[in-house]
Amino acid sequence: MTWIKSITPFIKRFSLSVAVVLSISTTAYSEELGEPEKEELKFGFIKLTDMAPIAIAYENGYFEDEGLYVTIEAQANWKVLLNGVIDGSLDGAHMLAGQPIAATMGYGTKANIITPFSMDLNGNAITVSNDTWAKMKPNIPKMADGRPVHPIKADSLKPVIEQFKDDGKPFKMGMVFPVSTHNYELRYWLAAGGIHPGYYAPHKGDTSGQIDAEALLSVTPPPQMPSTMEAGTIEGYCVGEPWNQQAVFKNIGVPVVTDYEIWKDNPEKVFGITEAFAKKYPNTTVRLTRALIRAAKWLDENNNANRPAAVKILSQSNYVGADYDVIANSMTGTFEYEKGDKRAVPDFNVFFRYNATYPYYSDAIWYLTQMRRWGQISDDKSDQWYKDLAAKVYRPDIYEKAAKSLIADKTISAAEFPDFASETGFKAPQKHFIDDIVYDGTKPNAYLEKFAIGLKKGEKL
Amino acid sequence: MSTAAVKLDNSKLTGRALKACKSIVNKFSDALLLPVTGIAIFLFIWTISAQSIHTSLGEFPGPSAVVEQFSALYDEYVTENEKAEAFYQRQEVRNAAKLAKNPDAIVKIRTYTGKETFLDQIFTSLITVTSGFLVAAVIAIPLGIWMGLSKRLNSAFNPIVQVFKPVSPLAWLPLVTMVVSALYVSDDPMVSKSFLTSMITVSLCSLWPMVINTSIGVSTIDSDLLNVCKVLRLSTSTHIKKIVLPASIPMIFTGMRLSFGVAWMVLIAAEMLAQNPGLGKFVWDEFQNGSSNSLARIMAAVIVIGFIGFLLDRLMLQIQRKVSWDKSNLSV
Repeated sequence: MTWIKSITPFIKRFSLSVAVVLSISTTAYSEELGEPEKEELKFGFIKLTDMAPIAIAYENGYFEDEGLYVTIEAQANWKVLLNGVIDGSLDGAHMLAGQPIAATMGYGTKANIITPFSMDLNGNAITVSNDTWAKMKPNIPKMADGRPVHPIKADSLKPVIEQFKDDGKPFKMGMVFPVSTHNYELRYWLAAGGIHPGYYAPHKGDTSGQIDAEALLSVTPPPQMPSTMEAGTIEGYCVGEPWNQQAVFKNIGVPVVTDYEIWKDNPEKVFGITEAFAKKYPNTTVRLTRALIRAAKWLDENNNANRPAAVKILSQSNYVGADYDVIANSMTGTFEYEKGDKRAVPDFNVFFRYNATYPYYSDAIWYLTQMRRWGQISDDKSDQWYKDLAAKVYRPDIYEKAAKSLIADKTISAAEFPDFASETGFKAPQKHFIDDIVYDGTKPNAYLEKFAIGLKKGEKL
Repeated sequence: MSTAAVKLDNSKLTGRALKACKSIVNKFSDALLLPVTGIAIFLFIWTISAQSIHTSLGEFPGPSAVVEQFSALYDEYVTENEKAEAFYQRQEVRNAAKLAKNPDAIVKIRTYTGKETFLDQIFTSLITVTSGFLVAAVIAIPLGIWMGLSKRLNSAFNPIVQVFKPVSPLAWLPLVTMVVSALYVSDDPMVSKSFLTSMITVSLCSLWPMVINTSIGVSTIDSDLLNVCKVLRLSTSTHIKKIVLPASIPMIFTGMRLSFGVAWMVLIAAEMLAQNPGLGKFVWDEFQNGSSNSLARIMAAVIVIGFIGFLLDRLMLQIQRKVSWDKSNLSV
């Protein structure tokens, strides 16, 4: 109804008393940065707490400070969201890290999507139904006070799956998208416990990802996860917040493991735009990145002091819309596993610290290795291929421009960013995985050889 | 004798007065008391049964929870309006600053970018359903008249109409969405794509009752009237204007009323599925949110949807009464 909306400002305008003077941060940097080429933007998101940087950049006026007038719109699912960005009805969106990579690679819809800004670290968990939890629980080692020892490994789920197999029933689990973080995390966790999550074979037209599978994974949109599990269609799922905490509140399931425990400080969502957009509107791209960086910093500032205010905004019906308590559970540094078993996970949602917003090539390459591991990439690729593709999608150059202008404005100090002069875009080898396998982003092929379950060099289905 | 007659008359009078009184009471009870009782019983059953239904989002909302949400929705509307005003003020100041720095800069006032409130959604839905319905009427009525006039055309088109009539809007929607996004390309669109998608889906589904009723109305015109026409050798256009239209207006309007009802139902479903702005999207968003207020807010929307549907039907009935000569089949 754009035309109805477009009448309103004129009516409003005349009724306004312009006398009200608002202190607006006049922009000292705009001399060097230039005005945005496109000022009216529409961003999409999925109802998950990790969309917070977009909501905060809007509510705190960071977008407006850049001269950007942004409309934020919830999308039905990840596919609709991606199509919106590709066909231009959305200018940008909160995306799964795997989406821009897969789109650029041509897995699914082919389109050149880039990301100048990584939105957060961690923030997901795996939840199982009460029934499955009751069967898993006897297999889990207990602490002195009777609570289960964390992290819970998929080893304790294996007997349950074998029981299902003996009864002739399939064991089904939900994840949010074929190239989602959740799919790879769930697969990683299952495989680390000796459960085969199934291969993809796109060259044969098989994109169900269930070849040889012991646990059958399928796609369900995040907000529908709890109700789908409640209906008995799936036994468990991997999803972002607040949909794991929602299961605890609704008494329909138990989160068993967070992705922080599967891989400490794993990269999660990114902000995706088309390459064409970034080329056509360079100033706009840098400016929206600036606004998002400021929002991320606000979210983590003073040891998460702003989180309760952020939760209040997110609980509005036009953003995430779940109850304050449900969202607050994970956003404010705690996580409730089994009802009453609330544990401190201060880094469950990280938006800014540990350079969370910087788009590291090594993060992109990790997703590519998992795509190869599970057959979404059918053939062997050279290490150079991985690096080239990562450099095409992840754009630290744009990030650097935005960060440097923020440093020049003295909005954020240089110490809070990576040292741009020496930054290579590759994180040092990372050790904190649930199966203790070390990941070195510069050697993707060598990394793939380390997994017991997964495609190896030369293997093709 | 005369006094007796007067007495008799008196008693007759009081009898008549009593009767009149009774009929007024009856009318009163029919028009007001019974519906009020009905609603009271409904509210009572609702309250009682709501308390015993426990969903994973808490208790099923009773009437009081719904009333509470109505006021919450109104409050949201007020706050959003205030935010919008502040938004325009900030914009004015920013534009002024921009002009001060560079007098040649082009500034414009942008529409508020905040969320759509419940009232906005109602308004959007009403506009969409009306335009979809009007588009359908413009196509359906001439087509129906034409089909009614010519038996051969009728037998040619009838199978198509019969096959498309029972198609659910949800089946049309993906096709409409894709076609609209492929064909409707413009840099500065007059209406948004989502509006067009909902509108066309509504039109496609509300077309058929109108076509069928119009053609039946036209084809069942009294043969005397047609004979008159033949005798007077009226031209086709006069024939349609003077005989066909007036004679088939009751049926055409019955079709239009049916169609408007269908259109309203279809719209809500289409908005829900396609995430197009409107009441349907409101319901779906609340379902997705899954907060403890969600069910009560959905129930509030259900009541509003029903109430608007009822009002639309009454509106059509009033128009029908105005234009129709045959008042016999204008039951409620």
